[in-house]
Amino acid sequence: SLNCVEWSLLPPATEEMVARAEQLKGRFQGDPSFEYECTEINAEDAERLFEDGKEPMIKEESRLVATIEQIDRAVGIIPRGAFVKTPLGSVHENRNFEGLSLTEAKKLSSYFHFTEPVNLKNKTLLEKADLDPSTDFLDSLEHDIPPGSWTVQLEKGGTVVVLRSLLWLGLTFYHVPMTKQYGYIYFGTGEKNLDLPFML
Amino acid sequence: HGPYQPHEPGYGLYQPGYSPYDDQIPDPKSRTLAIQNAKAFLLKSSTTSGLNLYDHLANVLTKILDEQPTNAVDIIENISKDVKWAQFQKKMDTLRDEHEILPTFEAAEKRKALFLRGNGEGDEELEEEIGETPLPNVMETAFYFEQAGIGLSKDESYHIFLALKKLISVQPIRTCRFWGKILGLEMNYIIAEVQYHEGEEEEETEEEEGIEEGGKGMGDVEDEDEKNEKEDEQPKSTYKPPPVIPKEENGTGANKYVYFVCNEPGKPWVKLPPVTPAQIVCARKIKKFFTGRLDAPVVSFPPFPGNEANYLRAQIARISAGTHISPIGFYQFAEEEGDEEEEGEGGRDTYEENPDFQPLSVAEMVDSLSTWVHHGQIILKQGRCVWFNPFKKSEEEEEEEEEEKSDEPDELQQEIGPPLLTPLSEDEGIQNIPAWTAQLSTNLIPQYAVAVLQSNRWPGAYAFAAGKKFDNIYFGWGHKYSPENHTPPLPLPVQAEYPSGPEITEARDPTLEEELAFRAAREEALAAAEEEEDEEDDVEDDEEEEDD
Repeated sequence: SLNCVEWSLLPPATEEMVARAEQLKGRFQGDPSFEYECTEINAEDAERLFEDGKEPMIKEESRLVATIEQIDRAVGIIPRGAFVKTPLGSVHENRNFEGLSLTEAKKLSSYFHFTEPVNLKNKTLLEKADLDPSTDFLDSLEHDIPPGSWTVQLEKGGTVVVLRSLLWLGLTFYHVPMTKQYGYIYFGTGEKNLDLPFML
Repeated sequence: HGPYQPHEPGYGLYQPGYSPYDDQIPDPKSRTLAIQNAKAFLLKSSTTSGLNLYDHLANVLTKILDEQPTNAVDIIENISKDVKWAQFQKKMDTLRDEHEILPTFEAAEKRKALFLRGNGEGDEELEEEIGETPLPNVMETAFYFEQAGIGLSKDESYHIFLALKKLISVQPIRTCRFWGKILGLEMNYIIAEVQYHEGEEEEETEEEEGIEEGGKGMGDVEDEDEKNEKEDEQPKSTYKPPPVIPKEENGTGANKYVYFVCNEPGKPWVKLPPVTPAQIVCARKIKKFFTGRLDAPVVSFPPFPGNEANYLRAQIARISAGTHISPIGFYQFAEEEGDEEEEGEGGRDTYEENPDFQPLSVAEMVDSLSTWVHHGQIILKQGRCVWFNPFKKSEEEEEEEEEEKSDEPDELQQEIGPPLLTPLSEDEGIQNIPAWTAQLSTNLIPQYAVAVLQSNRWPGAYAFAAGKKFDNIYFGWGHKYSPENHTPPLPLPVQAEYPSGPEITEARDPTLEEELAFRAAREEALAAAEEEEDEEDDVEDDEEEEDD
């Protein structure tokens, strides 16, 4: 939506959209039908695309969709225990989740990425024995590369814990310890911060 | 409880309508036996938790009778659960639990200081404050920015307001403004922009010697690689470090304002040191996150001359220079202008408020960027606002130097930046994005809308104007926007060593064995030389060859 009054449904993201949108740099224009030209693809890709009948233009709408998908996948996080996995494999919201305690909330390991786990299988058996399979089935934030790409701060006199991502500048996650309130939101220019390793 | 099985003691005793003990055999023995059996069953400990039902029921009933809750039968399960839970709590032992100090309590204590009025303040203060006060009305500014969707929470704004008030009561300040907030890794910075009363600035003990200039450190390695046996002196380096460009005086140019920072309202304000041109030049080349601690080192290449406090000051200077804007006409140049020639070098650098300012309508402010002007002075490439010629011989030759070229091969061209109070339409955009984005705060109520500008070059810098009021603010990480990735400058090429020539050749040092062998051979030779003179000549030749 452009004015919070009229809303339009965005199409779901496909892998192809994401791959093409990653090549685009620069800010968003604000007009969903704006078309970008792919200036960075090499000759082979261009020929391939022409053969398929597609033109090397990407609409801003697809770029928007792809960016949202990337952000969710990369930095969408939830506190530990908020979602549980049943023995049948399905994942539900945990209605008994009472929130993290203050000490737990300050640790990065109590937050998980809300996507398919990538690193879980690489853990040693010893670590796996400590995990509780109903709540620890996702990747924790501790092992994010590069280390230090999240900042944890307490706000409002220590009642709210705020995590900010440095990879996608503008992604903010909040949680009020000992309550069920948590959430994340993104305000920003929609560009990945590729200079992160230089900035730490 | 269910239906009784035949083997249980209650079987057959309870018939509906009859009391269970009516037709019982009035045999006290079997009744007591039945009671004992029942009690034994109740006393049986559970295998999992070590409790037994008898005690638990006794505790539950005691609790209910003590507390007498309403609708006890409805909440009996919760009561039971609570009693079980209470088992795990420590009963009162001789050690009393120390009250855990909650972190919220500590934080509240710190903020409490803000809310107290200082000592010795009586009614006199009230009268003073009604007059002109340097304290900015932070809440009002926050309200206008809130219309645009930018700002901090009301709590935090109010705390900042109080913290600024404290700052003013401590330091002799003429004007003060809330500059903004810069986010950091561990802690954030809240920044206040301040101007002292004239003549009341403190002289600071500068640590200029400690701060190394970046250029000096890199090129100072003398050519010591030579093992020069012919000359005893080492060759002197003809390298002269580039002249140190002095920082601007406090109160002018990039150091026009003094900045105070604190991590949180309630913590003491720290004054940031004035910025030097070398720091600005270096800050342009690096891109680092702030950690939140002012004494943290800034590890980067090219090495930054200073610690985080200096880097923060440099970034603040760049942001102020690039994004402090005001509606056209609000500031105008001072009426009395001195000699044009004297000011020709630096351009006009002072302005004052225009008492006849007529605000433009909000719609006009948004439509075109030429209705806004920069009142922050641009920082030149050199790192200063007023260009400094490091090769000035003396004041008399100043004017001549500008026209002639000096003999020094490293003549610096005078840098001229856009003069003060240039409209924003002259700002160049980045690729195809304009440097500023302007919009009204609301399309629905144009009468009370506020014109809002966002900077695209420094994401996080905002400005608003509504009638006669305007302000600038910054909320962000403190970095400039660039669509290209940041590439740190490559390290310098390795310096060439002295070329090996006939005069100077490098050779390996003889090892210990070689030296001993040489010495032994020489002693033999000397011994032999006493006998025969012919052999001496041969040995001398050998010596010379070995020397090379």
